[in-house]
Amino acid sequence: MEKGIIIAGFGGQGILFLGRILAYAGMLENREVTWFPSYGGEMRGGTANCTVIISDELIASPIVRNPDILIVMNDESLRKFLPRLRQKGVLILDSSLVKNPALRTDIEVVRVPATEISNTIGNTKSANMVLLGAFIAKTNLLKKESTFEALENSMGQRKKGIEINKKAIMEGIRFFEIQISKSKCQNI
Amino acid sequence: MKGNEVIAEAAIQAGCRFYAGYPITPQNEIPEYMSWRMPEAGGVFIQAESELAAINMVYGAAAAGTRAMTSSSSPGISLKTEGISYLAGAELPAVIVNVQRGGPGLGNISGSQADYFQAVKGGGHGDYKLLVYAPFNLQEMWDLTMLAFDKADEYRNPVMILTDGVIGQMIEPLYPTPYVRPELPEKDWILDGCKNREPRMIKSLYMGEGELEMRNLILQRKYEKMREKEVKFVGYHVEDSEVLVVAFGIAARIALSSVRRLRRDGFKVGLFRPVTLFPFPEKELSMLAEENRRFITIEMNAGQMVEDVKLAINGKSKVLFYGRPGGSIFTPEEVQEKIQQSLNYQPHLAKTNLIL
Repeated sequence: MEKGIIIAGFGGQGILFLGRILAYAGMLENREVTWFPSYGGEMRGGTANCTVIISDELIASPIVRNPDILIVMNDESLRKFLPRLRQKGVLILDSSLVKNPALRTDIEVVRVPATEISNTIGNTKSANMVLLGAFIAKTNLLKKESTFEALENSMGQRKKGIEINKKAIMEGIRFFEIQISKSKCQNI
Repeated sequence: MKGNEVIAEAAIQAGCRFYAGYPITPQNEIPEYMSWRMPEAGGVFIQAESELAAINMVYGAAAAGTRAMTSSSSPGISLKTEGISYLAGAELPAVIVNVQRGGPGLGNISGSQADYFQAVKGGGHGDYKLLVYAPFNLQEMWDLTMLAFDKADEYRNPVMILTDGVIGQMIEPLYPTPYVRPELPEKDWILDGCKNREPRMIKSLYMGEGELEMRNLILQRKYEKMREKEVKFVGYHVEDSEVLVVAFGIAARIALSSVRRLRRDGFKVGLFRPVTLFPFPEKELSMLAEENRRFITIEMNAGQMVEDVKLAINGKSKVLFYGRPGGSIFTPEEVQEKIQQSLNYQPHLAKTNLIL
């Protein structure tokens, strides 16, 4: 099993960091991982994206043309990467920021108002972690605990930041689970 | 750790205690890392005023017997080539890292392999060679950097790590194996103050009659020894292959994905990956040349290593080429298609980008 993930948005939203946590958590679970960023022109306000691969076997190319999962945090990135998402792929988007997505019908879409959720827990900058939570809940590709450990290992002494990020991940998971139970109720 | 940082840490652990460089994307993580790590290790980090200054500082440090390194990306390496030629002429050990980007000129900041010729054919003036390593994952970035310092000392010759923006920027797990220092010749030529001994001299200027020719013959003997002893390569599914892909560095990594997929679908394809670009594994390739085996060289440039492949094959097999210049990075799907085309290759149907 090999999953290619592209994460894209504005510089400063923690796009690259989100990717690093995914890759790190994958490594902690003894999977093969690669992380490859867009680099150079990135800055706050510009665009940023990165590619993460999580696999059970040795990864040859770190480059992914058609990802299985796409996480986007702005309209521009959605326009750029949506056509490249595989059929039956999963799109996770921050619905607080991506307003009018022209979506495809052959994919699964998970809309998470990540920035709003992140605001309610007191830190707008954790929207990326809310999406990470939704990613975990939707794909079951990684365990929540390994992302926590990855956070602790990469943020070191910033205890407060680690706590906020963990909370944001939990909120993301919770939001997705509520959505699922709601839709099940509607079906009945 | 990013690939660039892996190189920097491996250098420190291999005993590198002098680094001078000048910023350029996509290798900036090397000087950034060195700027705090080198002082911590008790060495010297200098952000030089230019690439020329950096390479000449490395010349000085190497002459004083210190393990020294500099790094840059394509345009910066061009600036350093004068100094590299001097290092080679003066037989000074040093490690030079080229994290290649698109060219010519300032080009772009994407990964590329267009400096192959510059790295293996000299680059600067005069008849000289660098030992050139082309890592294709972060484990090799680590291992080959350490090896580069040992080989530089062993041969008293500059060694180049030829990598690119993709591997330099990517992250993946690796085992940071501890450095083990091999048996190396004593540095009885360094300039460390001549109190109580005869003065020594390190130079590349030889004006006496026949003197420079003698020096050159010594260098050539050294390069010959490298050809005999230092060739490294890795083969994947080579034995029964009908089409053998030849690729190095990042292109080999992408091609490996394609080869694996094709194997799964039952196609008899393999990959031959030179790890040393100089010395080039020409004998090994030559032995693989058979009438019913086709070769396709895949590079992120307009066709450079393919010339060495053709020399090695020497007409015994067909050698095709697929590449993309200008910092364009091909995908496994694209390469897979090209390999498949070469399976059914018929000269009269050749496409323009699949050059014979």
